[in-house]
Amino acid sequence: MRHLGFVAGWVVKAFVVVLAITILNFFLIRMAPGDPAIVLAGEAGAADEQFMAQVRQDFGLDKPLPVQLAAYVGNVLTLDLGQSYRAQRPVVDMLFERLPATLLLTGTAYLFALIVGPLLGALAAMRSRTVFDSALMVVALFFYATPIFWVGLLLILVFSVNLGWLPPFGMQSLIPVSGTLNHVLDVARHLVLPALTLGLFYVAVYVRLTRASMLETASLDYVKTARAKGLPEWRVATAHILRTALLPIITFAGLQAGHLVGGAVVVETVFAWPGIGRLAFDALFQRDYNLLLGVFLLSALMVVFFNMLTDIFLRIADPRIGGNS
Amino acid sequence: MSFFRRFAQNRGALVGLAVLFVIVLIAIFTPMVSSADPWKSLGRPLTPPGAQFPLGSDMLGRDVLTGILFGARISLLIGILSAVVSALIGVTVGAVAGFFGGWVDDVLVRITEFFQTIPSFIFAILLVAILTPGLTSIVVAIAVVTWPPIARLARAEFMTLRRREFVEAAVLSGVSQPRIIVREVLPNAISPLIVMGSLTVATAILTESALSFLGLGDPNRISWGYMIGASRTVFRQAWWLSVFPGLAIVSTVLAINLVGEGLNDALNPHLKGRVGVQ
Repeated sequence: MRHLGFVAGWVVKAFVVVLAITILNFFLIRMAPGDPAIVLAGEAGAADEQFMAQVRQDFGLDKPLPVQLAAYVGNVLTLDLGQSYRAQRPVVDMLFERLPATLLLTGTAYLFALIVGPLLGALAAMRSRTVFDSALMVVALFFYATPIFWVGLLLILVFSVNLGWLPPFGMQSLIPVSGTLNHVLDVARHLVLPALTLGLFYVAVYVRLTRASMLETASLDYVKTARAKGLPEWRVATAHILRTALLPIITFAGLQAGHLVGGAVVVETVFAWPGIGRLAFDALFQRDYNLLLGVFLLSALMVVFFNMLTDIFLRIADPRIGGNS
Repeated sequence: MSFFRRFAQNRGALVGLAVLFVIVLIAIFTPMVSSADPWKSLGRPLTPPGAQFPLGSDMLGRDVLTGILFGARISLLIGILSAVVSALIGVTVGAVAGFFGGWVDDVLVRITEFFQTIPSFIFAILLVAILTPGLTSIVVAIAVVTWPPIARLARAEFMTLRRREFVEAAVLSGVSQPRIIVREVLPNAISPLIVMGSLTVATAILTESALSFLGLGDPNRISWGYMIGASRTVFRQAWWLSVFPGLAIVSTVLAINLVGEGLNDALNPHLKGRVGVQ
């Protein structure tokens, strides 16, 4: 029953987000200077009157605004995001084609950041005011101030161009490899640099947060008690301090999910990673706004998904949460 | 201890302030002093750093150093303007929510949460693309995606201050509500907001650089992100085209973050070393 309530809660949240984004999209299109039909079609049908009439009919642009809105919301809720007038294909198909690549990239970066960040932060806190701590904090400060695309370009320069260790772009080799295992390894090799690029910023954020949070927790009475009863220091650090200190970090990771998904646009552009971020960049370049609106909607749904994941982690880390609700 | 003593105790903040000072001077004076044109081709394309071009030339033979010096202005301008607009939205929403509470608070918190959940960078891309790229649309887009953390902070501050005696006294003596918010509560809530605002400038500069990297910058002004984005196709042969403008972005953002931490130490001594990462 408890799990059912949890799932239902998130379904409602996803629904509200979809509804809100849909309404936002609707008004965004009408904020654009000029005829919404031209905006929606991009440059695809600028000259063709018959084509524009088709677009107007698809979106009911000749009807009053509330009717248009209702029709638009209805379409989206039935998974009809309209056509990409550039590609002459339904937007939904194009999005679902690209979704797995983006989930792989953002999911890897998210886990990488959530594991490595707190780990390094905890080490820094346990060795606070040593050379290791200061060095780590300087590195974290640096990555916190670095544009994500620049990190990507530098990693390509070092690891692909100079050292030749890892492929600089794409998700798999141009010449297909044989065998499932080889294919997985091939994708994994291509994944390293983009996931690192996307993850490093958040590693930096979580290192700083974990360190601060642990130092604060370390001064609490119950930690003194744990020490007083003779527990070894590493046990105090992991079981007593880190577990409590982790809660704000996990919560924060949930809040950051939106940035993570947004950052994927930049990273996918740098690494030519065939996900929805790259699709967004192409749509932008070709002024294919209907496709761009679809990317926005789907990425918002991905954020809801990551928030849900975060919520599950939180419940594992702190059994008090959601116990009796 | 005075404000300046506390600020100066943070070494990093002093370094940051010095770097930032230089960058501000560059931003203000380069276009006034120099007659160079950052868009003009001055020699052979893709010349490595050397005597003619200290930081190399790009694929059209333009001087990278000139581009970086001229780019300082737009980066700082957009960073500061967006942070100001963002703070105006954030503080207004947060102040109203925290001060009035009740259903007003509920509604505003929901809206803030919504804006915090949506993938902000994609939203910014959409806004700039649809409003057509330019200084105004970039500032609006960055402000629209960066105000929620400020609103949350302002709300928390206003909620605590709302119950303090001096506010109750002002209410009882019949001072109007807008006046209480602006003249009584805001001055007491301002220091954490200033710190947050300074960090927002850094975020805004990073966002602007990413937007112009994708080709969504102001087409009439050279910017660091644009320089990196425009040279993306040749960056493997010409590392200097992406490395140097990138260093300019990193130094600026780093300097602002360090100054923000120093401000935090100086303005909120009880929160020393706990600067809020966004």
